[in-house]
Amino acid sequence: MPARRRSRSRLLPLAGLAGLAVLSACARNYPQTTLAPKSEFARTIDGVFMHTVWWGLAVFVIVEALLLYIMFRYRERPGSQAKPEHVHGHTRLEIAWTVAPAIILAFIAVPTIRAIFVTQDMTPLGGDLKVRVIGHQWWWQFQYPDLHVVTANELHLPVGARAVFDLETADVIHSFWIPELAGKRDVIPRHVNHIWFTPEVPGTYTGQCAELCGTSHARMGFRVIVDSPEDFRAWVENQRRPAVAYAAPTPTPAPAESEAAPAETAPAESASAAAPAAPAESPAPPPAAPETETPAGASARGDTLTWKGGVVGDPAAGAALFQRSACVACHTISGTAAKGQVGPDLTHVGSRQRIAAELLPNTPENVARWLHDPPALKPGALMPNLNLKPEQIADLVAYLESLK
Amino acid sequence: MTTITETLPAAHEPLYRGGVWSWITTVDHKRIGVLYGVTAFLFFLVGGLEALLMRIQLGSPENTFLDPVTYNELFTMHGTTMIFLAIMPLGAAAFNFMVPLQIGARDVAFPRLNAFSYWVFLFGALFLNASFLVKALGSANAVPDAGWFGYANLTSRQYSPGHGIDFWLFGLQILGIASLAAGFNFLVTILNLRAPGMSLMRMPVFTWMTMVVSTLIVLAFPVITVALFLLMFDRFFGTNFYIPAHGGDPILWQHLFWIFGHPEVYILILPAMGIVSEVIPTFSRKPLFGYAVVVYSGILIGVLGYGVWAHHMFSTGMGPIADAVFSVTTMLIAIPTGVKIFNWLATMWGGSIRFTTAMCFAIGFIAMFTMGGISGIMHSSPPADLQQTDTYFVVAHLHYVLFGGSILGLFAGFYYWWPKVTGRLLSERLGKLHFWTTMIAFNLTFFPQHFLGLNGMPRRIYTYSADLNFGFWNLVSTIGALMLGASVLIFMVNAILSLRRGAIAGDNPWDAATLEWSTSSPPPHYNFAVIPRVTSRLPLWDRHHPERMVDRPEDELKVVVAGKTLARTEVPDDDGESGTHHVPHMPNPSKYPVIAALGLTIAPIGVMLKPEHGIPVFLAVTLTGVLIMAYGIYSWALEPLEDH
Amino acid sequence: MRRALAPAHAFAMETETSTGLNNRKTVFWAFLGSECMFFASLISTYLVYKGRSVSGPYPTEILDIPVTSISTFDLLTSSLSMVLCLAAIERGDIKKFQFWLSCVIVGGLIFLGFQVYEFSHFVHKGLTLSKNLFGSSFFVLTGFHGTHVAVGVLWLISLLVLSLRGNMTKADALDVEIAGLYWHFVDIVWIIIFTVVYLLE
Repeated sequence: MPARRRSRSRLLPLAGLAGLAVLSACARNYPQTTLAPKSEFARTIDGVFMHTVWWGLAVFVIVEALLLYIMFRYRERPGSQAKPEHVHGHTRLEIAWTVAPAIILAFIAVPTIRAIFVTQDMTPLGGDLKVRVIGHQWWWQFQYPDLHVVTANELHLPVGARAVFDLETADVIHSFWIPELAGKRDVIPRHVNHIWFTPEVPGTYTGQCAELCGTSHARMGFRVIVDSPEDFRAWVENQRRPAVAYAAPTPTPAPAESEAAPAETAPAESASAAAPAAPAESPAPPPAAPETETPAGASARGDTLTWKGGVVGDPAAGAALFQRSACVACHTISGTAAKGQVGPDLTHVGSRQRIAAELLPNTPENVARWLHDPPALKPGALMPNLNLKPEQIADLVAYLESLK
Repeated sequence: MTTITETLPAAHEPLYRGGVWSWITTVDHKRIGVLYGVTAFLFFLVGGLEALLMRIQLGSPENTFLDPVTYNELFTMHGTTMIFLAIMPLGAAAFNFMVPLQIGARDVAFPRLNAFSYWVFLFGALFLNASFLVKALGSANAVPDAGWFGYANLTSRQYSPGHGIDFWLFGLQILGIASLAAGFNFLVTILNLRAPGMSLMRMPVFTWMTMVVSTLIVLAFPVITVALFLLMFDRFFGTNFYIPAHGGDPILWQHLFWIFGHPEVYILILPAMGIVSEVIPTFSRKPLFGYAVVVYSGILIGVLGYGVWAHHMFSTGMGPIADAVFSVTTMLIAIPTGVKIFNWLATMWGGSIRFTTAMCFAIGFIAMFTMGGISGIMHSSPPADLQQTDTYFVVAHLHYVLFGGSILGLFAGFYYWWPKVTGRLLSERLGKLHFWTTMIAFNLTFFPQHFLGLNGMPRRIYTYSADLNFGFWNLVSTIGALMLGASVLIFMVNAILSLRRGAIAGDNPWDAATLEWSTSSPPPHYNFAVIPRVTSRLPLWDRHHPERMVDRPEDELKVVVAGKTLARTEVPDDDGESGTHHVPHMPNPSKYPVIAALGLTIAPIGVMLKPEHGIPVFLAVTLTGVLIMAYGIYSWALEPLEDH
Repeated sequence: MRRALAPAHAFAMETETSTGLNNRKTVFWAFLGSECMFFASLISTYLVYKGRSVSGPYPTEILDIPVTSISTFDLLTSSLSMVLCLAAIERGDIKKFQFWLSCVIVGGLIFLGFQVYEFSHFVHKGLTLSKNLFGSSFFVLTGFHGTHVAVGVLWLISLLVLSLRGNMTKADALDVEIAGLYWHFVDIVWIIIFTVVYLLE
């Protein structure tokens, strides 16, 4: 009987929806899930969502069960000459099933509206940590205006303190989203958007741009490291220090405050204008600092990179090369002459866990792969292939990895 | 008792005979309906193929089957194709073929405007897809890649060089003109061309929904026309509407786009709701329960559809008041939608349900659309939406509404009306196979996407890291999508076999109640030899099953026309005697609609040539297009509509 | 030559409509509804961007209200001519019809002349389409309106040519009535644009 066969497949989605609750319990498997909230904002959202899920499930069960019952009960029997009565309507029934959904919706609307006003209450609290977020194609800049810290793609927050974000963009619309900590908030040109939340559990959370922003939209990730207050203080201390210095021609480190002037959002035009100059073709400078050996086995996997593992990079040579070449047009390394505002701040790049906006783990091999040909790893990226020689890459890797 | 078929002249020209030229110049609403249907189905296949390529790419983490540029192009073209080149024109195919038949008319109000709509649609569709050709010829950034809702300022010249966005914006502009022309035409057809006695509240619900959709088109498309014009001026003439550096605000695009975009959603779903409202009563052998309520709900959905656009923008930070208002208006739409579902269930209640393929698809529509509606309620709540928007949860939701809703509804209409259009029956065995594979594959494809979205997978990403554990459900979804592709092949086999050796359908194979089933299958050119007189909502049931009529208020027309104790659907001949009719005068074929459509399509090509080839080339090509269009329109206006 | 524009020539069903309204008149009202949304979107865009230009010239430096008041008055007068033109053809007075139709056309051309003068004057003063948001939204809004006036003038000229060839009779009053609807609509839109662009502070 068709009716009976239908019923089985109809139960499938039903079971699936019930499985949703189960899955939310084992959400541990999904490092970027919205179902395991780790801040009061995310918990509020999750509460409203689960509220709608239960109402939705109830409506779903009622409607689909009714449908199945009707299909079974009123199926045409073989050989039947049934002549169903022509019923044209029933006013009281119509009123009933107009009012019933309205009541259910009221039950959903009330907590919804409460949550809207709670989560968007921008009254400042003492002890707020202010963070300015600037979206770029395709990476994130984070500035801590009160702490004079600028970093990229890795946001450190202290547990238990409310973080208040000013969200801006340097180019197109992006959307700032850390599923376990908060909902999305778009970053829109000429607007300063806001969102705030209080992380409740230390740990590492991943975030991702959620608004289509061009070719490598999928590669615009970041991570949030929620530290204990002590760890956070230590991290801030380290970030405020200028970069590790080498006996390269760098000026004496400036006081941290002078570096802390919040970087102006680079006007979008300048981004494309800042085309790289060809890298300086110069012989590797004599080693001026103790050599840092790049790890062995650093051969890039299977691509055309000729740079081989075991080549010894010289961080001082790398530092000098960095200052001489196109790098400085786009990147800042605090305490050096590199003050470019187009690309991520590299002052403490060696201390980060990932490179290129979550693309790859921060290992010498990966940094080398990146320097070898950035657009190959991230199509459309502004950083061009600089045609660096293997020994230049080795030196730069040694230098960048030393910037802890 | 006189029936309409008895009064038909014995011989008439077969509907579909004639060469290519007769199709190009046709103004017959049925032939235009067939053209719409075939074209839209081909683009449905194109859009499906684009979807399959994307699903293959997403089947495993860090897959390199597609590069990001191609992937962005595919989802942009998939969305644009399915909405503007598949679902809307499939609805238009059904409007074209069925609405005049359902209201007892011989054609639409403006037959040549109708042909113009089709040709503009076809040329616009080809224009949009010509971007693939230009890419194949080696031009970079030639295919649209900013998503089907093309948010500014990603679409500005600075961030989208090349002609991709241009193909998209002019393609949509051309398609919008096709939709507007069709909207005007059907609005007037339904208002003015109803057979005597066919009051508004006796119209079939499908015709009602066509009228609501036409009104939505008429009032929503001008808004996107303006939005696209502003984008065109930004990209070609240096204006600053969406350019932040000069004070422009990209949010303006979002407002304009969604003021159009949300009514557009109802433009896509209401025809399917109309079809389901025809199919369910027929196969339950009962009239539609709560006809008036179903009609008013459809109107209310259309009206409320204009007050909810900003629910697409909760994450833009509109502030708590706007969020709350748009949240509540969005929730309100659930009420008339729920009412419709309950009325369909009540129609089936107490009926004698025949599980034909058409009925299975209609029931599938109710089941799946309900799920899409429920997930819709979930993101009508702005806090919850902040997690769900721009994730696969929304992708799942919109496919439950547009595939589980619109496409299943359109398939129901396909199986229901195919015998009327072709005169032949489809195989029920293959139909059932198509239905079950579709249902299983559809749920396999899209249900897991709910989990993916809730677990943090954004939409429009060409790949994802293995660390995020999205691989399993994506693989399931990809397998489902491939099955879904196969199920469409079953449908095509069924259609081809039916055309070749399907059983002859007869006038009314389903014992349906509405007027389209009173004429032959396929109908003659003039639809009805005698314009029927209508005295109820269910003219054919009244005629064939007078014993089942329940008491209704007396029809004023019965007083006028029926002196005898005949059924109230008595169809008197205009001439008073049957068998002596002339073939009615029908409008002449015309070549001018296709000429005007061609000119309309040439004009934007000139604008697109401006950046590389300068203003003289731009003016030359655009003016040529405008002159061809003007020639077409003038000749059309001065050409007699019919011979005398 | 028979013209299809006249309703009597259209195919059988069109002579009697369910609503009693002529098909072409009905569709034209629907078209005007659509046009309302079109201009509402353009005018909203102008209003949203009012005062948001980041550089000059600004509206107060450049708009000449007295001059545009004259062209506005001219356009309103042409609406009056349109009314008299329709009344003439409904009476079957073809000579008067042609006279008033010519008045409407001349009125439309004068308005377009003012607009051409205004545009070139503004460009001279440094306000171009791409200069600032005011330039963009001003030229696009008034430009689309001007295009509507130009299309209307061409339409009326077509009617005049037909009439001079002796093809317009009392039976064709509906053609004139529909053209008149369009003309009045374009006038009303101008009054709103004039208020929004020139008069609102």
